[in-house]
Amino acid sequence: MKRDLAAPELRPAFADPVFDTQAVFRTLMSAVAYPGRIFPLDRSVSAPHPLDVAATALCLTLADFETPIWLDGRASSDEARSYLRFHCEAPQTTDKKSARFALIADPSSMPHLMDFHPGDVEFPDRSTTLIVQVPSLTEGPTASWFGPGINQVIKPGIAGLPDWFWPEWNLCSEIYPMGVDVFFISGDMLVGLPRAVRVEV
Amino acid sequence: MAYVAVKGGERAIINSHRLIAEERRGNPDLAELTISQISEQLGLSVDRVMNEGSIYDRDLAALALKQAQGDAVEAIFLLRAYRTTLPRIAVSKPIDTTRMTVRRRISATFKDIPGGQVLGPTYDYTHRLLDFALAAECGIGKPEAELADEPLDSVIPRVIDLFDGEGLIEADISENDEEVFDLTREPMSLPAGRDQRLQNLARGDEGFVLGLAYSTARGYGGAHPFVGELRLGEVIIEIVPEDLGFPIEIAEVTITECQMINQFRGTAEQPPQFTRGYGLTFGHCERKAMSMALVDRALRARELGEDVRYPAQDEGFVLPHTDSVEANGFVTHFKLPHYVDFQAELQLVRQLREQREADQAKEAAE
Amino acid sequence: MSGPGNKQCDTGDGYSFAYLDEQTKRMIRRTLLKALSIPGYQVPFGGREMPLAYGWGTGGIQVTASIIGPDDRLKVIDQGADDTTNAVSIRRFFEIVSNVATTEQTAEATIIQTRHRIPEAPLQEGQILVYQVPQPDPLHKIDPRENETRKMHAYAEYGAMQVTLYEDIARFGRIARTYDYPAMVNARHLMSPSPIPKFDNPKMENNPAIQLFGAGREKRIYAVPPYTSVRSLDFDDHPFEVQTWKGCCALCSSTVSYLDEVVTDDRGGRMFVCSDTDYCNKRQADRALTTETGGIVAPDEGAKL
Repeated sequence: MKRDLAAPELRPAFADPVFDTQAVFRTLMSAVAYPGRIFPLDRSVSAPHPLDVAATALCLTLADFETPIWLDGRASSDEARSYLRFHCEAPQTTDKKSARFALIADPSSMPHLMDFHPGDVEFPDRSTTLIVQVPSLTEGPTASWFGPGINQVIKPGIAGLPDWFWPEWNLCSEIYPMGVDVFFISGDMLVGLPRAVRVEV
Repeated sequence: MAYVAVKGGERAIINSHRLIAEERRGNPDLAELTISQISEQLGLSVDRVMNEGSIYDRDLAALALKQAQGDAVEAIFLLRAYRTTLPRIAVSKPIDTTRMTVRRRISATFKDIPGGQVLGPTYDYTHRLLDFALAAECGIGKPEAELADEPLDSVIPRVIDLFDGEGLIEADISENDEEVFDLTREPMSLPAGRDQRLQNLARGDEGFVLGLAYSTARGYGGAHPFVGELRLGEVIIEIVPEDLGFPIEIAEVTITECQMINQFRGTAEQPPQFTRGYGLTFGHCERKAMSMALVDRALRARELGEDVRYPAQDEGFVLPHTDSVEANGFVTHFKLPHYVDFQAELQLVRQLREQREADQAKEAAE
Repeated sequence: MSGPGNKQCDTGDGYSFAYLDEQTKRMIRRTLLKALSIPGYQVPFGGREMPLAYGWGTGGIQVTASIIGPDDRLKVIDQGADDTTNAVSIRRFFEIVSNVATTEQTAEATIIQTRHRIPEAPLQEGQILVYQVPQPDPLHKIDPRENETRKMHAYAEYGAMQVTLYEDIARFGRIARTYDYPAMVNARHLMSPSPIPKFDNPKMENNPAIQLFGAGREKRIYAVPPYTSVRSLDFDDHPFEVQTWKGCCALCSSTVSYLDEVVTDDRGGRMFVCSDTDYCNKRQADRALTTETGGIVAPDEGAKL
């Protein structure tokens, strides 16, 4: 049935869904457990334009019919939309608050963090996870990250973020344990930024 | 005596599996039970296992009963563990019990009802005398019941709906498109909606739910229940596949439905009226359906502005404790080694005793 | 089920790799990421029935099944030992449904599933410790109503727990909790460390490994990321302290490990041995090696005396 729905130009998902998603998940889990470190994916996939390999792999690994997904203007190409619809079966939403995942391909004009769902007071886990594609994970301005998962301090250089990003990130700590969690993506590399991390620019 | 550390757990486990297989088979000179024999001749056991195991499949339930040597709770556990591995393909349309092919249908509230009282198969009026004919070697042959002269109506209204015109009974919740809570995919979340509560009770242990229902009628929960209607029969299950857009029949299942009517004295906002309690089970499980309906009603206490004073009215107590798979697992887990914790406690008790002796010695010296 | 070396997704019996279906794994994986993002917070998840009984490790098994892959090496312990029956049973389960390599050596394992202990050997980055948890909420004993304890966690109202511990001091002169000793994670969430002896609590803090906690029956998952603060509750005048023993392990002479008391006869004979069998065996082997020239034969793996 699925075959009929698929447009001919639709790119394939993982060659081996069970083991590829398992391997990608372990990389994602390491990225959340050790924030600020750069993790390369050891599985490849043919990503739909304009999504990066790591962003595509993340969606294939975590998204499904239970996780509404929001795409920013740049990410929402026809190709990306039909790819995600077909391979993840994730509902695509225009409501940022109801999204479990948000795909951001143009970080310079990204919505503010609190436009997304920070979870509820009693269920802070019911929040949006942001997947932000950036030009580089090393060549941006360095910031010092502290907190769970970080041995003393780590200093990533995430590029392409709007000026307000870090001040707003630290403001969000006021509502912790509510908040959003972020994956920064560049090509097939990724860095995790869970909400418990504090950042000094 | 030399100390030998515990080893060989794996061999012990394998041997234990062999022993249980041998015990299960019993005397090999006797014929082995077949799945169809269990499914046909121990039908009510199979119904209970299907119901609490949450899969409608007589053969699987019969297999589980065979594997569990007839232990219903163990069989329910087997079926649930199997169920976990199955994908959820679709959500069916709500079933319509007025279109049930009725085999049994009774009401305690009216002598005569539209569609008639249908006694059907029941142990209710059997005298509970052991029937030694069943023990005879030659068996009982092929018992046959008489057929009625006319078939029953194809649509039989529910007795409880007859009140609707007068407003004497609270209105039923109308059908809607809201997604139904699925306890097999989401953890329980209190306060529970009615969907979550009924699903929990349907899967709950029959004995536990029966005991709770009993307590509501014995002063621990002010129930004055009437069986509005109890019916047993077959209904059609339909789904609407996305790509078709119209319903198709996928199965016919046997269910038992119980609608309890409870008196309600009314509040400042609401006039006195009757309230509902609802029970529905797979297969022929009357005791369970009635118990479920009573506990459902008891758990509506808060919603109806009644005091929550008794165990059966307290959803925080009832709902987390109904599930036999959870309860059985946790109670039996105390068989597992706890010697690390026990050692910790042993040390503490020794310390406390030493301290006490020291204190007493000190007091005596003074 | 599947034969050795078979790495297909289907285990030959109609069951998926690592038993759980892919949709369930995805749900648990999302839960695990949220758990790591909010250290110590109990994330509700759609726990599934497993083919092992609730209370026997179903939470840990679901977590392990969702993270494990063909490159992993799994160690399973119960009471610190690899050869306790339930540890053997769970290890066998994963051998059957995932064909993954297993080990008894802490240092070699990539995933360690445990009940009631943290191994004595320090863990490293890249290792994952999966705890089996019977009751995830440390406040459950104070108030069994989940509605209430959820609010206490939401607003970090942990005074009631401090009061409970202080009542111990008033009555016994000390905090009378010896295992499942509550700890504050990342200075925000009060957490049950599972029924490990309080001896193990300090090992949770600033550990380089990932620590995941699975409560199957209660359907909660929580986590302690690496390098995270985990403070056992105490008072200035009654600081937290761990168990100590007067003697040493009768087998390996360790004076720093958690010891189990073993009854050796019916005349009151007792001896103390390490609860961590891998740690103890390794020490005995090392000792045998260093004294080999003296003609002592290395004890066999059954650790007979």
